[in-house]
Amino acid sequence: MKDDTYEYSVVKGFAFSAIFWLLIGLVVGLLIAFQMFIPKLNLTPWLTYGRLRVVHTNGLGFGFTLAAIFSCTYYILQRLTRIPLVFPKLATFHLYFFNVVIALAALSLFAGMNTSREYAELEWPIDILVVIMWVVFAVNVFASLIKRKEEQMYISLWFIIAMTVGVAVLYILNNLEMPVSWFKSYSAYAGANDANVEWWYGHNIVGSVFTFPILAMFYYFLPKSTNLPIYSHRLSIVAFWSLLFAYLWTGAHHLVYSPLPEWIQTTAIAFSIFMIAPSWGSVVNGYYTMKDDWGQIKSNYLVKFFILGITFYGLQTVQGPAQALRSLSALFHYTDWLPGHVHMGTMGWVTMTISASFYYMIPKVYKTELHSISIANAHFWLVLIGQLIFSITMWIAGIQEGSLWSALNPDGSLAYSFMEVLASIYPYYMMRALGGILYFIGIVLFAYNIIMTAKQPVITAQGRTA
Amino acid sequence: MNIYRKPVIFALAAAAVISVGTLVTTFIPVFMPSMTPVMEGIKPYNPLQLEGRDIYVREGCNNCHTQTVRPLKAEMARYGDYSRISEFTYDRPFLWGSKRTGPDLARVGGKYPDSWHYRHMKDPQAMFAKSNMPSYAWLADRPLDTTYTERKMKTLGFPYSPDDLKSLQGKNEMDALVAYLQKLGRDFKELSKKTATASGKQQEGYHD
Repeated sequence: MKDDTYEYSVVKGFAFSAIFWLLIGLVVGLLIAFQMFIPKLNLTPWLTYGRLRVVHTNGLGFGFTLAAIFSCTYYILQRLTRIPLVFPKLATFHLYFFNVVIALAALSLFAGMNTSREYAELEWPIDILVVIMWVVFAVNVFASLIKRKEEQMYISLWFIIAMTVGVAVLYILNNLEMPVSWFKSYSAYAGANDANVEWWYGHNIVGSVFTFPILAMFYYFLPKSTNLPIYSHRLSIVAFWSLLFAYLWTGAHHLVYSPLPEWIQTTAIAFSIFMIAPSWGSVVNGYYTMKDDWGQIKSNYLVKFFILGITFYGLQTVQGPAQALRSLSALFHYTDWLPGHVHMGTMGWVTMTISASFYYMIPKVYKTELHSISIANAHFWLVLIGQLIFSITMWIAGIQEGSLWSALNPDGSLAYSFMEVLASIYPYYMMRALGGILYFIGIVLFAYNIIMTAKQPVITAQGRTA
Repeated sequence: MNIYRKPVIFALAAAAVISVGTLVTTFIPVFMPSMTPVMEGIKPYNPLQLEGRDIYVREGCNNCHTQTVRPLKAEMARYGDYSRISEFTYDRPFLWGSKRTGPDLARVGGKYPDSWHYRHMKDPQAMFAKSNMPSYAWLADRPLDTTYTERKMKTLGFPYSPDDLKSLQGKNEMDALVAYLQKLGRDFKELSKKTATASGKQQEGYHD
């Protein structure tokens, strides 16, 4: 069997690394959700909200998501190039080195080594380790692509290339720093430039980590798990290049009404609106792929995950551009609406798609079947309900904060003090924590299901072996 | 040529496509002096304020507090005049923030006496029963680490005197943080006060 020549140990290693960092990141997330209304939970300096929020975002954005991306990339890469990994030992080194870097990153953030620039908080020595880790990954990707046996590169490989190039450019340019010690540096950029560079990075790292590779998974695993071909190759070409081009212009929509020059803000807003088109190119491609057999949404549990995932991607990519508009930014910016928006993307689109990809891929690499489809279904409904509670409560809270902050009395004085507005939001913070608990239970079921699948006996053509 | 069969050329094409928006919106402005204008009266940080700023960064205060006032009516009524680009020229990193779990701090300097900040940092709930801010009482127990202060000032090119450095002796982390908070927005307020007196106009009032 030719399947035996593929190198799956790194696929497995990264999959379990992803689950490990997912659980850690979510425990931290739950703690900070409770700290929002029980400040006594800020127990020690290492466990204050200001440090933990950064551990949460980095742990899940880079620990969990990147590990899951590496796992799926090493799988997809071998299948779509039809060759085993060119440098399997380098890939194994990548696996161990990645986990060391993430552990060091988490420890350094707990200790307060933090540059404060969002999603780029790591200090310069760890930045250098991240870059080395990325080069190792890129060498593996391009070695496979150059030596491949399949002539045509499928869509998923385009997105993997885009991520590999995009992250490298973003990470290096944004993290240029002037070190003063091993633990402290200052940004190479000052004031408005620092803000502009940081949000160029902040927005596009989301594109390169939460969009490109997740679309690579979607375009590969949806057809695989449904036996349906992608609806339109041409649509995917148009969507790919226009997405890649327009993404990089939009970062300054995070800085609307800031002192940044208005032309940069307006350009970003215009391109943000344009972004609806390429984003929905993928959404349409996903829905129309199912058009000949929508019945699978009932019979095939994986379809539920993928279709809900791409639906949240579609909602996310309409909500995002809407928030970029000046009038809506005036209301929503700086409120809890934004965590609601972000978590629809991360909990709804990213983690939903990764979960489904794992459910398809893990049984394949262990040559067995999924431990339990019922548990997968329970996982689906818990994370869906948990995420909806999270997002919807935060949207309501955000509208309330934005409205009350800007409410004026007839004489022009403020209608509400800051503290009155905060106090009115606490019920939503409590409901959000409840949503988080439901979501966490769903993820524990996911982790259990994957671990039990890995422990199952191998199924060969002759049947189960002990 | 079929680009979908040439991975290296594909990668170069992808890099070219992403570099257009990158250059126009981000890296050409890096070289425009108007992005970091120097305004007379807006002063760099002194050693104590800079150490305080580094503590603000270390503790992730920016996760809950913004430092930029938008030119919106209610926002200016709450926090003061809107933020100007020249106020941030000495800021590395920028600390505009993205979320207001607590109020904006761009113009908090001089709004309250030092003693207010010491009491508030020690026990926020004693002053505002419903506040969700963590207590930072422990900052007062930690002596200020001045090992790198001089190197920091040199790296950033800020002026300082030996007396400035000497004055850090015996300070704790809370002293530095309060000194930093009291600097926020203060230079600009003094500038606009001068302009207002010169033109005989009343300065915009501040409200809670």
